[in-house]
Amino acid sequence: MPNDFPIPLSAPAVPLAWYLILSAILFTLGVAGFLFRRNIITVFMSIELMLNAVNLTFVTFSYRLKQVDGHIFSFFVMVVAAAEAAVGLAIILTVFKNRSTLEIDEVNSMRL
Amino acid sequence: MHQLWLIPALPLAGFLLLGIFGRRLSKPVINAAAIGSVVLAFLWVVKTLYGLGALDQPYVERYFTWIASGTLNVGFDFAVDRLSAVMLLIVTGVGALIHIYAIGYMSHEGGYYRFFAYLNLFMFFMLTLVLAANYLLLFVGWEGVGLCSYLLIGFYFLKRSATEAGKKAFVVNRIGDFGFSLGMFLIVAQFGSLDFQTVFAKVAGLPVEKGPGMLAIICILLLFGACGKSAQIPLYVWLPDAMEGPTPVSALIHAATMVTAGVYMVARSAVLFNHAPAALEVVAYVGLITAVLAATIGLTQYDIKKVFAYSTISQLGYMFLALGCGAYSAGVFHIMTHAFFKALLFLGAGSVIHALSGEQDLRLMGGLWKKIPVTFAVLLCASVAIAGVPPFSGFHSKDAILLAAYAHAPWMYWVGVVTAGLTAFYVFRAFFLCFFGSYRGDAHPHESPWIITAPLGVLALLSLGGGYIDVPRFLSPVFGEPQAVQNESLVYISVGAALAGIFVAWLFYVARPGLAESVAGALGGLYRLVYNKYFVDEAYDALIVNPIVDGSRTVLWRGVDAGLIDGAVDGAGSASRFIGGVLRLMQSGYIRRYAAWVVVGSILVILAVRFAGGAR
Repeated sequence: MPNDFPIPLSAPAVPLAWYLILSAILFTLGVAGFLFRRNIITVFMSIELMLNAVNLTFVTFSYRLKQVDGHIFSFFVMVVAAAEAAVGLAIILTVFKNRSTLEIDEVNSMRL
Repeated sequence: MHQLWLIPALPLAGFLLLGIFGRRLSKPVINAAAIGSVVLAFLWVVKTLYGLGALDQPYVERYFTWIASGTLNVGFDFAVDRLSAVMLLIVTGVGALIHIYAIGYMSHEGGYYRFFAYLNLFMFFMLTLVLAANYLLLFVGWEGVGLCSYLLIGFYFLKRSATEAGKKAFVVNRIGDFGFSLGMFLIVAQFGSLDFQTVFAKVAGLPVEKGPGMLAIICILLLFGACGKSAQIPLYVWLPDAMEGPTPVSALIHAATMVTAGVYMVARSAVLFNHAPAALEVVAYVGLITAVLAATIGLTQYDIKKVFAYSTISQLGYMFLALGCGAYSAGVFHIMTHAFFKALLFLGAGSVIHALSGEQDLRLMGGLWKKIPVTFAVLLCASVAIAGVPPFSGFHSKDAILLAAYAHAPWMYWVGVVTAGLTAFYVFRAFFLCFFGSYRGDAHPHESPWIITAPLGVLALLSLGGGYIDVPRFLSPVFGEPQAVQNESLVYISVGAALAGIFVAWLFYVARPGLAESVAGALGGLYRLVYNKYFVDEAYDALIVNPIVDGSRTVLWRGVDAGLIDGAVDGAGSASRFIGGVLRLMQSGYIRRYAAWVVVGSILVILAVRFAGGAR
C-alpha cells in the first residue's frame, strides 16, 4: 500500500525531551501565573494551563510507550477540568456579585 | 448455721437507715432505729451463744472468698470462740446501754440522727473486728472503728479543737496501722495465709524462739498497731484529746470498746506471742510504763474527762501488762470489768456535766452529792470498782493481773501496786472534788432524767458485781488454765495500796483542803512537769510534727507540687502556645501565599525524593 501520508512514518521522531520541556515550560507558566496574577479569572486560567501541561506529559508518554493508560488519564483530567470550570466560574460569579471585585487578595475573610 | 452475719448486719442496717433517711425521720423513729438495732444485735449474740453451747472449739462460718490472688486466699469469714464471745457480749451489752443513755444526753444536740448513724456504724465495724476469722477482716473492722472514732471526736465540727483532735486521733492511729499492716505482710510471707486457724496451727508447730527472731518482729509490729488503737506508749497522745467528742462517745469508743481492740488483737494472737517471749516482754514493758506514766498525769488534771481519759490509758496499760505476763485471760477479764466501770465513770461524768450545763472543770464543781444523788451513788460504785476495793469488779481483775505480774517478775508487781494506789487516788480526787466540799461554780445543778440514770444503774450493778463473772475460767480452753500464785499477802498489799490512795485523796480534798496545793507547791518543777503531761505533745510537735509539716510545706508543696508538677503542666501549656504563635504566621489568609507554600512543599518533596532515595 503506497504511503501517501505527508510525513513519512520513518521520519525521525521529535525527541521525547522536547515534549517534556514544553510541558514543563507550560506548567511553570501556570504556576507563575497562579502566584503572581491577582485577577481571579487569570488565576483560574493558570490552573487550566497547569492541568493541560500535565495532560501533554501523559499523552507523550502514552504515545511513546504504546500504552493507552495515559490517554485515559488525560481524559479524566479533562472531565475534572470541565467540572472545575463549571464550579469555579460559578464561584467567581458569586464573588463578583457580593464584593464587586475580582482582586484575589481582597477575598480573605478566612484570615485570622 | 447460726447466722453470725446478722450480728454486725443489724447495726449496719441502722446506720444505713439513719444515714440515708435520718434527716427526714422524726426523733422517736431515730431512737427506735438506733437503739433497736443494737439491742437486737445484743439479743442475737445471746441467742447465738446460747445455741452454740460450750464453744470449746471455735465456731467458724465461711461466707465467700473475698480475695484470691496467687496462693493467697482470704475469705469473708466470721468465727466465734470463747474470747470473741466475751468481747461480743461486752460490745453489744455496754453498747446498748450507752446508746440508751445517749438518747437522753444528746436530746438537745444538733445532728441527732448523724450522731446515732455514726454510733451504729461504729457498732458494725467493732462487731466485724471481733467476729473476723482472719487478720484482714479484723483489719477492716480495725480501720472502720478508727474512722468512726474520727467522725465522732469531730462531731462538733464547728469547734476547731474538736476537728483538730479528730485529725490527731486519725493520724496517730494511721501510724499504728502502718505497723499492723507490715505485721500482716510478714504473716503472709511467712505462713502464706491470714486465717487465724491456719496461721496459729502453723505457729504452734514451730519451736519457741530463743532470742528475737521473725516471730518476734511480727509480734512487735502487731503490738505497734495495738499501741495506736489502744493508746499505749508511744502512741497514746490522741486519747486525751479525743475527749472533745460527746461524752457517750468517750464512754463507748474511747473507754469501753474500741480502745480495747488492741488488747483483743494481741490476745487473739496469743499463740504468736507465746512463741516469741522477747516480744511478750516488750508488751509487758509497754503496758507497765504506760500504766505508771498515764496514772501520774491523771493525778494533776482538772478536766474531769481528761482525768478519766488518762485513767483509761493507765488501765489499758494494765491490760497490756497482763498480756505481757502471759495472763491473757486476766487481760480480757480486765477488758470486761473496765468496760463496766469506765463506761460508768464516763457516763456519770457526762451526767455531772449535763447537770452543770457543760462544765467540765473539777475546780468549778464541789458539793454536788445533795443535788444529784443518783449520779453521786453510781459514780461512787464506779470509783470503788476502779480503785480495786474488794469485793467489787475492779478488785478481781486487777488482782488477777497483779498476781500474774508477780509470777512473771516481782518488781512488776510492785510497780503495779504503786499504780493501783495512784489509780485510787486520782479517781477519788475527782470524786471528792466533784461531790464534796462546797459548790464552787455558778450553774444550777439538776438531776438527769431517768433515761440517763437507768443505764447508769445497770452499769453500777455490773461494776459492783461483775467481778464474780469468772472470765479467766471461762477462757481457759482458749488460753489454758490461769497460773495462780496463791499468796494471800499479795492481795492484802494491793488492797492496802488502793485504800491508802483513797485515804490520801480524802485527806487532801475533804479533810484538809489546801494540803494538795501546798504539796504541789513543794514539788515545784516535778508538779509542773506532770501537770503539763511530761511535755510529750510538745516534744512530738518539735521532733516529728513540725519537721514533717515544714518539710511538706517547703519541699513537697513549694518545691515538688508548685515547682515541678505545676511547672511541667504550665510549661506544656505555654510551650504549645508559643509553637502555635509561630505556626499561625503561616495562616495569612492570602490564597496566593498558600499556593506558594504548596509550591515550596512540592519542591521540598521532589528534592527529598531526589536526594534521599525513594522512587528513581
